[in-house]
Amino acid sequence: MKTSNPLPPKWIGKLLHRLCKPELMEEIEGDLLEFYRDWLTRYSPSKANRLFVLHAIKFLRPFALKSPFQTSSLNQNFMLKTHFKTARRQLIKNKGYSFLNIAGLSLGMVVVLLIALWTHDELSFNKHHENYDRLARVMQNQTFSGGEIQTWRGQALQLAPELRTTYGDHFEHISMASFQGENTLFHKLKALKQRGIFMESTAPEMLTLEMIHGTRKGLAELNSILISESCSKAFFGNEDPINKVIRIDDMPDVKVTGVYMDLPANSTFAEVNYIGSWELFATTLPEWLNWGNSWFQTIVQIGEHKEMEEVSKAIKNVKLNRISEESGLRFKPELFLHPMSKWHLYSSFKQGQNTGGRVQYVWIFAIVAGFVLILACINFMNLTTARSEKRAKEVGVRKAIGSGRKQLMSQFFIESFMVVVIAFIIGLAITLIILPAFNDLTGKQVQVLWSSPIFWTLCVSSILLTGLVAGSYPALYLSSFNAVRALKGAFNFNRSTVLPRKVLVTVQFTSSIVFIIGTLVVLRQVEFVKNRPIGYEKDQLITVPLKSEEIRNKFEVFRNDLLQNGLAKEVSRSSTSIAQTFVTNSGMSWEGKDPDMQDEFVTVRINHEFGESVGWNVIKGRDFSRAYSTDSAGFVINKTAAEYMGLQDPVGQKVRWGVHGTYTILGVVDDMISQSPYEPVKQTIFFLNYKGPGRTNLANIKLTGVAGPKESIAVIEQIYKKYDDVNIFEYDFVDEQYAEKFESEERVGKLITSFAVLAILISCLGLFGMSYFVVQRRQKEIGVRKVLGASVISLWKILSKEFVVLVLLSSFIASSLAYYFASNWLQQFEYRTTLSMWIFVTAAIGALFIAISTVSYNTIKAAILSPVRTIRTE
Amino acid sequence: MRKSYIGELEEIVLLVVVMLQEDAYGVAITHEINEQLNRKISISAIHSTLHRLEEKGFVTSSMGGATAERGGRRKRYFSITQAGSRTLQEIQETRNLLWGQIPPNALAT
Repeated sequence: MKTSNPLPPKWIGKLLHRLCKPELMEEIEGDLLEFYRDWLTRYSPSKANRLFVLHAIKFLRPFALKSPFQTSSLNQNFMLKTHFKTARRQLIKNKGYSFLNIAGLSLGMVVVLLIALWTHDELSFNKHHENYDRLARVMQNQTFSGGEIQTWRGQALQLAPELRTTYGDHFEHISMASFQGENTLFHKLKALKQRGIFMESTAPEMLTLEMIHGTRKGLAELNSILISESCSKAFFGNEDPINKVIRIDDMPDVKVTGVYMDLPANSTFAEVNYIGSWELFATTLPEWLNWGNSWFQTIVQIGEHKEMEEVSKAIKNVKLNRISEESGLRFKPELFLHPMSKWHLYSSFKQGQNTGGRVQYVWIFAIVAGFVLILACINFMNLTTARSEKRAKEVGVRKAIGSGRKQLMSQFFIESFMVVVIAFIIGLAITLIILPAFNDLTGKQVQVLWSSPIFWTLCVSSILLTGLVAGSYPALYLSSFNAVRALKGAFNFNRSTVLPRKVLVTVQFTSSIVFIIGTLVVLRQVEFVKNRPIGYEKDQLITVPLKSEEIRNKFEVFRNDLLQNGLAKEVSRSSTSIAQTFVTNSGMSWEGKDPDMQDEFVTVRINHEFGESVGWNVIKGRDFSRAYSTDSAGFVINKTAAEYMGLQDPVGQKVRWGVHGTYTILGVVDDMISQSPYEPVKQTIFFLNYKGPGRTNLANIKLTGVAGPKESIAVIEQIYKKYDDVNIFEYDFVDEQYAEKFESEERVGKLITSFAVLAILISCLGLFGMSYFVVQRRQKEIGVRKVLGASVISLWKILSKEFVVLVLLSSFIASSLAYYFASNWLQQFEYRTTLSMWIFVTAAIGALFIAISTVSYNTIKAAILSPVRTIRTE
Repeated sequence: MRKSYIGELEEIVLLVVVMLQEDAYGVAITHEINEQLNRKISISAIHSTLHRLEEKGFVTSSMGGATAERGGRRKRYFSITQAGSRTLQEIQETRNLLWGQIPPNALAT
């Protein structure tokens, strides 16, 4: 019989209470105690105590433990619920305020989402190809006179065999390839124009094509062709395409040996609808091609454990070692690899160095996205703090009845997260709606990445970040109010509370003005280059490729038909379109030429009527004329060429061109923009070419304009078909070709414009809200002023002054920032606009105007309000 | 209804709950299992199992019966539910079905 009634150690009970669910405590403790009594009867008290502790600790398992996500007391959970309830009620009660907040944030979210999707698309370019990391294009640097280094993508067809035999162990696959181009594919009577490429048999393996029919070994035979799924559909519908016979232009027939899945839009090979055999293509090439003719591409896949850098170094002198003096040893060609990962974003070269490229836009847009989001957050912070006076009493009451600062903070954070989540959902919806238009604008096929975990992680983290940033200011600031003073209404907005808000508005307007200036600069640059004198008449000019031997031989008849028809003013032929020259030649010598000079000229082969048809401008000497038979050994050069050759009086000068003979310069024409409009015009030589087949295969037709373009084209097609009924009739408007040169910059311009508009809109929403609260706070003051005789105008002035000062300050800061960025951006263009004063002034005045009109709605409304009503309100 | 999985210990605890009838609470169940089946299972494991069974809907519980031994704390009594009974019966039937098909002397000894 026990006299005493020992109890188990107390601390363990406390521990259980602390860690276990309170609703389970009674039974756990009861059962443990019952066991304890039992143990006491059997063992010593100390052993019973030990057993008690052991068994108690064993209770610390998931079913009994408190959830770590639960707060320390029930009351807090309850408060969390009320926080949500209050947040909802606050949103519904202040509809205007909620609208401004949510609208601003949603717009910000739309911008961020669109830019994120765009950036993702840019960064994932070509990643579809599984060997992405190991594929590269062989490039070459050639040094011209004056130390100018040009970087070419083209390679001679001898390169691949040479790499294979001498450097084979560095590579897994090597393939020569043609440049992508459009050809006509024929199947029986069906003819379709398709974009394609000719590659060696390893191409499908390198590009990891997903085959629908056939295998990746399908290109092994010379007479085989792989076609894309869409190409197969276009030709054969649902029939089995395998072994169907196709003809590419006038090459020998080939058999379809495989169909691959269309490549995604963000691949360099996206539009390749067929891959022909390189061996077949090679049979159509002239035999005299040597190391000097860099007409093709070489695409390689380096070995599994090879480093891109090392392989690149190893092949540096491959061409230099093989090339002969006359094919261009003097240009000191150096080879290097341009990895596939850089094809899209880092494609610019200057003096042999990679200078970036599109990646700058990725950066610009990422920064824009960041700023727009910050703008939206600032809006939110500003609106909340501006309203804080109204909520000061609420904070006072809450504090008086026992709210801790933490609770107040969590309340404000919950409010901000609620707004952010709603804004995100609305933003996502808007993004979905405008995505097609956005794709139109950017020329991409961007889609919301519903299934990508990265996308959702980004979304969630941007919600968290925005919620925290946007909610931080009100949460930290409002919760710091002193309860007594807030309740007394003695709470004043002194300098230290108003200043941060002013800073935020300034930041907001500074970014907006930077955007405005940026937009103006981009648009002006494009406009400036567009207005550059182009030296020929691009309107009403079309080019038509002469595809068959017959029409080339009967060109004069074809021309007469067109002229008699009254549709054409002039018809000529040339080797390239005047808006797209690319052939270069070298090896010219003339009197006074520096013997060390490595000359290089753009050459265009033409006939007599070419100058007339494109409307060039002869500034010295004369155009080619049928009156002089000696003109066949004549040159017409452009102004730059005359300067390049250092000729004061070029007309009549003799130029010797290697084996081609000696030519006389007949005339000089004004510079014509036939390559990049952002760069100086290249030295160009025009000469007559009637001999030899297939050199001047392009008809240039200057329309009279008596009929509309559509009718004219239809009639020209009929006439064309008389001389060539096999091939597809094709045409290009030269003004459209010219416009293409601006496409990329214009796209960027449009994108920046739309983002700038959104940024300004967001800032205005914020300013509108701000002015609303400021005016409300000063309503009594306005009333008193009115009673004392202030006019509406003077009141409006007083109320707007505060904002005008801020905007002016912003303009000043923004101008200097924008000047720095814009002049940097412009550096990349040889031919660029100046940053004149008026851009900055316009932006500042524009911002000021927008700001004043935004504010005025509220200020004027307050100023015309009857003082009786404002003074009486309480 | 989704068929809830029932573990070995859970099955035993459930059987004991039925067996003990009105007296099924933590300590009693632990005693029965440890003494009759000669196992060493701690009270916390039994609580955890009972908790799981309750979550699965095989038992219900009610509070009652404070005693001095327990420092005035009440016991939580468990009783089997319809679903619990059905599950136990199903287990029994499955076993019987399989046992019935085992030929005599098939078991290695």
